[in-house]
Amino acid sequence: MTTPEAGRVETGPQIRGLSPIRDVLDNGVTILTKQTNTTPAITLHASLLAAGSTSDPAALAGLAHFVSRTIDRGTARHSGDEIAEELDGRGVSLSVSVGRHALSLVGTCLVEDFDAILSLLAEIVTTPTFPAVEVDRRRGEIVTMIRQDEDNPAAVATDGLMAMLYGPSHPYGRPIRGTLDTVERIDRAALQRFHGEHVAPDATTLAIVGDIEPRRALDVASRAFGPWTATRLERPTWPPLSGAFGRRTRTIPMMNKSQTDIAYGFTSIARADPAYYAYSLMNNILGQYSLGGRLGDSIRERQGMAYYVSSALDANVIPGPLMIRAGVNPSNVERAIQSIDAELTALIASGPTAEEVAESKQYLIGSMPRTLETNAGIASFLQTIERFDLGLDYDVRMPALLRQVARDEVYEAARRAVDPSKAAIVVAGPYDGPLT
Amino acid sequence: MVTADPELTENSTVREHVLDNGLRVLVQEVHTAPLATVWCWYRVGSKDERPGLTGVSHWVEHMNFKGSTNIPRDKVKGIIEQYGGYWNGYTWIDQTTYTETATRDALDRMLFIEAERMGSCLYDPADCESERTVIISELQGGENDPDQLLDQELTATAFRLHPYRHPTIGWLSDLQTMTRDDLYGHYRRFYVPNNATLVIVGDVATDEVLRAVDGHFGRLESREVGPRSHPVEPEQLGERRVTIAKEGTTAYLKIGFHGPSLTDPDFFPLLVLDAALTGAKGINLWASFRTPPPQRSTRLYQALVNTGLASAVNGGVVPTQLPFLYTISATATEGTELARVEQAAVHAIDRVRAEGITEDELAKAKTQLRARLVFENDSITNIAHQLGYFETIASWRRYPSVAQQIAAVTLEQVAAVAAARFAPSNRTIGWFAPSSSDARSSVAVGTASPERAR
Repeated sequence: MTTPEAGRVETGPQIRGLSPIRDVLDNGVTILTKQTNTTPAITLHASLLAAGSTSDPAALAGLAHFVSRTIDRGTARHSGDEIAEELDGRGVSLSVSVGRHALSLVGTCLVEDFDAILSLLAEIVTTPTFPAVEVDRRRGEIVTMIRQDEDNPAAVATDGLMAMLYGPSHPYGRPIRGTLDTVERIDRAALQRFHGEHVAPDATTLAIVGDIEPRRALDVASRAFGPWTATRLERPTWPPLSGAFGRRTRTIPMMNKSQTDIAYGFTSIARADPAYYAYSLMNNILGQYSLGGRLGDSIRERQGMAYYVSSALDANVIPGPLMIRAGVNPSNVERAIQSIDAELTALIASGPTAEEVAESKQYLIGSMPRTLETNAGIASFLQTIERFDLGLDYDVRMPALLRQVARDEVYEAARRAVDPSKAAIVVAGPYDGPLT
Repeated sequence: MVTADPELTENSTVREHVLDNGLRVLVQEVHTAPLATVWCWYRVGSKDERPGLTGVSHWVEHMNFKGSTNIPRDKVKGIIEQYGGYWNGYTWIDQTTYTETATRDALDRMLFIEAERMGSCLYDPADCESERTVIISELQGGENDPDQLLDQELTATAFRLHPYRHPTIGWLSDLQTMTRDDLYGHYRRFYVPNNATLVIVGDVATDEVLRAVDGHFGRLESREVGPRSHPVEPEQLGERRVTIAKEGTTAYLKIGFHGPSLTDPDFFPLLVLDAALTGAKGINLWASFRTPPPQRSTRLYQALVNTGLASAVNGGVVPTQLPFLYTISATATEGTELARVEQAAVHAIDRVRAEGITEDELAKAKTQLRARLVFENDSITNIAHQLGYFETIASWRRYPSVAQQIAAVTLEQVAAVAAARFAPSNRTIGWFAPSSSDARSSVAVGTASPERAR
């Protein structure tokens, strides 16, 4: 063992690198492959990069999410029941999820089922039919999910914070699942239109990771996705963020609950911002390292106020939020917010210590082999490097990118990012007292 | 190559070694990534607690992250993080366990931490007090979730005598009154090498590992744990019901049946039956949360979700040391009466009870379970979890044969298990029936903010 920072020997993927293979089909579909032999299984991860919730029309918030709940319920060749039978019969669960910028379909199958499952995946992505009966059933499920969210203080607080940070005219300010009103208005035609406008080959990336030769994976993928032709899409644009705000607070009383959730945050930076690595280290020090960084140390460990407290940085295609979240007893709401204020104030006054910066660098660099241990982990990593154009050797370059960040840059990131006088704070739960 | 293929798992290189002090050590070399994982398991969980001390095992788990003789309180964090590592722990009805996964050069530090944890945690009175509110916060966070609340009430209703009836987190009044001495006494009693299993999996050399284990743990003394009280739950004589009427937006249904322990011959037929009803989850408690089961063609999904009565349905069969519950859960869609969801679920259950499942369903359930066994062994953390988990509730030697036991399940066995276990007199039905909470108001304080009607 050598000491942190002093040239510790890098092992495994850092030396030889992951070295994935990237191909682009003639129609523009990007295929990323990586062979592993951990299990006789293969993970397929498709990202539809223009079909995230930021593509929702303002009047139809929740449309991308609705598509994610129905895209696999019928294709030009197969009914929803036939698709279910095909997947279930092979033990595959296809998880379809939607974020702000992409709709993702992820599934793991046994090696012997690869051709069949990839072919079905291509059908689902390229020729969904959104049968009317399925649309109505899934609407009922989505309405129920929205009602569950309304009764969930953590969801209420985070949705409330996003609305406060971005405002109703920005797609980040709207809930991904939409509202009861907008979901009622979404019909089959809207789903088909969204698919037609936002799902196309040049905005589709497929990662294939597992016990398969890259050449064979590419052959099968080419057969499945090659014939797909669809209009090239214009890249989406987003309204600018409003300028700096003063401190804003909001309480959403939910008196039937036991615990109060606090969401405390800021807008941050885009992933492409050169300050990303400094922000990432700052966030790790503030609210992640070990059990919640400085925040966890203060609020959970020293004061025993919360079971969970942490911060998360979403440096995305555009500047996402830096969000601190905590769950506390209602009698501790004010104290917890004061403690968050105090930690942020200390961080922007004196910056992190050199030791903290070294520890967080070492942690983030050292965690790469764990990130890349499983097929699903690698597939998700490949999607990230493709989306943010990080390069196929990013796993090899990442340690140096982090190491070269100076303490002062982390300090500067804190001063820019987490000034409590500019914080937006939303509290949801059995609390109806004042906030400052 | 690591695989859960049954034949290869049989030939896998799990090496078992028992130290003089009774510590059981299991080592498996897996060289696919430059990583190592350690899990340290104790045969103590919430079923070993008496009224007045419910939740003590879980609170003890928390205290065992708060420093030891050779790890000062403020040096706990950082030891594993230096190696990019992950650490955690959990407590459940039969077990308490601790884990670290990091680059392989962290192995000695992981063993050091676990030996310290076994022998010399501090239990500083101020730390115990501070953790009381953290645990109560964890309990209250759980209560925010109606589904979790219903699960707790259902379990407490289904069991009258057996300590499986109380929640692992404990009852609030016990958490408010338990003392530092209660915690420390529980720790000293159960945290002995003869009550533990240490599992190491990863890019390691077995002989070196065993030498290092001996160096760290050999000095710890064994001690009798003493008798435990696990009274046999009397046979349930009739259906039981519990209804939670609380403010909320969504209605939930749970049906719990007294189920088999891992070693009961009914266990694997029930695992197959559950796959036919709600989709195969596999058998790894640690891994199974990550991926939803393949389930859209299953009986209960068809009966509840595809009819629009429920937005989700799930079944839970988990390996346990003693007979626990098989639970079916459903979330009613907005506007659907719970009675209708219950009626449809009971109808499907009664049908399978009368007729069993079909040949096709049996084949599909087995295929699903076979695939899940492969998927859930995709990391050294998951592989090590299974060895320790099985050793803690029965024996790790039962794990490699899981695939064969699933393959051997017959239609007749599934039908017999359905007929016996799904008897109405063996079930407890739980409702979370919400009263309206639509009157929620939104109060803005401070600078005006974008408001939404909630």
